[in-house]
Amino acid sequence: MDLSYTPEEEEFRAHLREWLAKVLPGLPPKPSPDDWPGRRAYDLGWQRMLYDAGYAGLHWPADAGGRGATPTQHLIFLEETEKAGAPYVGANFVGLLHAGPTIAAEGSAGQRARWLPPVLRGEEVWCQGFSEPDAGSDLAALRTRARRDGDDYVVSGSKIWTSHAEVADWCELLVRTDAKAPKHRGISWLAMPMDAPGITVRPLRTLAGSTEFAEVFLDEVRVPVANRVGEENDGWRVTMVTLSFERGTAFVGEVVACRRVLGELAREARKNGRWDDVPLRRRLGRLNAEFRALWRLTQWNVSESERSGGVPGIGGSVFKLSYSRARQDLYDAAADVLGPEALDLDSPWTLDRLSSLSYTIAAGTSQIQRNIVAERILGLPKGR
Amino acid sequence: MDFQLTDDQRALRAGVRELLDRRFGREQLRAAVDAPGLDRALWRELGEAGFFALRLPETAGGVGLGLPEAVLAFEEAGRALLTGPLVATHLAVGEVPGAATGESVVAAVDGTLVEWLDEADVVRGDVTGAVAMRSADPLTPLHRVPRVAPPDPVAALLTAAEQLGSASRTCELAVQHARTREQFGQPIGAFQAVKHLCSEMLVRVEVARGAVYAAAVTADPLDIATAGLLADEAAELGARDCLQVHGGMGFTWESDVHLHLKRAWLRARRGQSAAEAEEALAEDLRIAAPGPRT
Repeated sequence: MDLSYTPEEEEFRAHLREWLAKVLPGLPPKPSPDDWPGRRAYDLGWQRMLYDAGYAGLHWPADAGGRGATPTQHLIFLEETEKAGAPYVGANFVGLLHAGPTIAAEGSAGQRARWLPPVLRGEEVWCQGFSEPDAGSDLAALRTRARRDGDDYVVSGSKIWTSHAEVADWCELLVRTDAKAPKHRGISWLAMPMDAPGITVRPLRTLAGSTEFAEVFLDEVRVPVANRVGEENDGWRVTMVTLSFERGTAFVGEVVACRRVLGELAREARKNGRWDDVPLRRRLGRLNAEFRALWRLTQWNVSESERSGGVPGIGGSVFKLSYSRARQDLYDAAADVLGPEALDLDSPWTLDRLSSLSYTIAAGTSQIQRNIVAERILGLPKGR
Repeated sequence: MDFQLTDDQRALRAGVRELLDRRFGREQLRAAVDAPGLDRALWRELGEAGFFALRLPETAGGVGLGLPEAVLAFEEAGRALLTGPLVATHLAVGEVPGAATGESVVAAVDGTLVEWLDEADVVRGDVTGAVAMRSADPLTPLHRVPRVAPPDPVAALLTAAEQLGSASRTCELAVQHARTREQFGQPIGAFQAVKHLCSEMLVRVEVARGAVYAAAVTADPLDIATAGLLADEAAELGARDCLQVHGGMGFTWESDVHLHLKRAWLRARRGQSAAEAEEALAEDLRIAAPGPRT
């Protein structure tokens, strides 16, 4: 067991810090949350800066245009960018963390050449077309269908909870290509151009007041068969590749962020006198323990994936269960520190508290994650 | 960074587990419940195996390993519910003759409690006015003392390691039971309510494991406070949930679950209290460096 970093890793960290200190002061002001074109431009601009500095697709394999960095280097990258207050991956999230790695792992040479470079260079935005109104946690129940017509699939149905749909160029789309097959078979993974005729995007307003995501309606949308990644009807397996990437690395930066937010909360408490409230102060101490431990679990999982050749392990579900609740506890504690201010929608704490409510639902609800842990790690029988 | 067990550490853990399976398995555990007392032969065997002298330098006749290895050994002791003043004797090595080899049994005051006072050859700390209690843990005799002894961080860490071992054992026991016990025509582990209890047990174990192992590597007081808080909780709640999964059988004396729960309660009284750990971790936030909000 070793928590020290190698000289190479420390050198990587030092260069990154130096670069961040140089470029971050010159960044344009952040656009407002509802300014989608502004957010797209801002996030793509940041991605382009990363690309030019050699930090794009750090964790992607070198033959996919990435830097082939080790999981530990990726961890350092996420830690340092978060500590420095660098922009989040934002609109590039699906492209960099879902669709890109999936295409890199499962796509043909032509598909990799077509889709991967624009993601890395910050030229194209992807969105995720997995969930449907009747297929959220039971993702394999999806009904959006695609029938073959010459060299095209003709796709009809609807998708929901699609982040960045309003500004996306591509959608990683799951469709049913064989209605008669058992539900986990008969699914295919398509790259759908978002400007194709027949696509309607309707923004959804969240309880946090923002339009974080959208419904996407598909009416006889033509998608070339050449845009299918993986074999026809093999989309479920391809999707599991995607989801393992999602659960493997998605929350690393956020743990760092939560630790910083907790420090900030302690300062707020000292300013407004709540620090003298012993139970509340101890709650903050307890949260400090949880986020410190989650950071250690992150280091553990990253070291494990480094030993197994970069494949994210199933430990992601364990991590997400703990993290998603700790994040909600953090913002609930913040509300108690802030008092009435916690009801002010102009306070960033209020918006973050509202947003935190999504964490036990998004990317697999806590209930589904518990089933995954129980069945796949502990080996308990599947329910009927 | 390679925050994983080395091959040597895995081998050490397997060796300790094998020794304890052989010398303190289920039958010996139940025999100890029926006839309380310290098994001196086992104590010497632990000494011969290097359990107490694990961190003593080789030049002084020890095994010459570090805190991470000691933590792994104590995790196994916690799994097996091994009895005796293990932490106190381990910490006395190098200072109390015979502690390293298991010839001496060393007890120590921790907080206001002393474990195994009557069986000890040497007692560290002031035990003037010690009064025997009827101990809630049938496997650990207890005395109360009037004066409080300050907690030792290494003792707290080794206790956290024991709690971790106990928590991971009760999780296993619950899962085993849930896979085999049938009700309504299927194993109870197929019911989500039971499944979710078990998965939460594992989550607490794994989060605590990260904290305990990290504290073993850094020996940092705040890491140890973190480890203690989370390992206590994993052990206490793990035993409770294990009892719940076992249903009525879990509430009987014959089941081992109560032994884990009672020992977890006892260990949670060792070292820093939860309140003290939380205060220390709050203080750490107070002095944390400010950063920008994004």
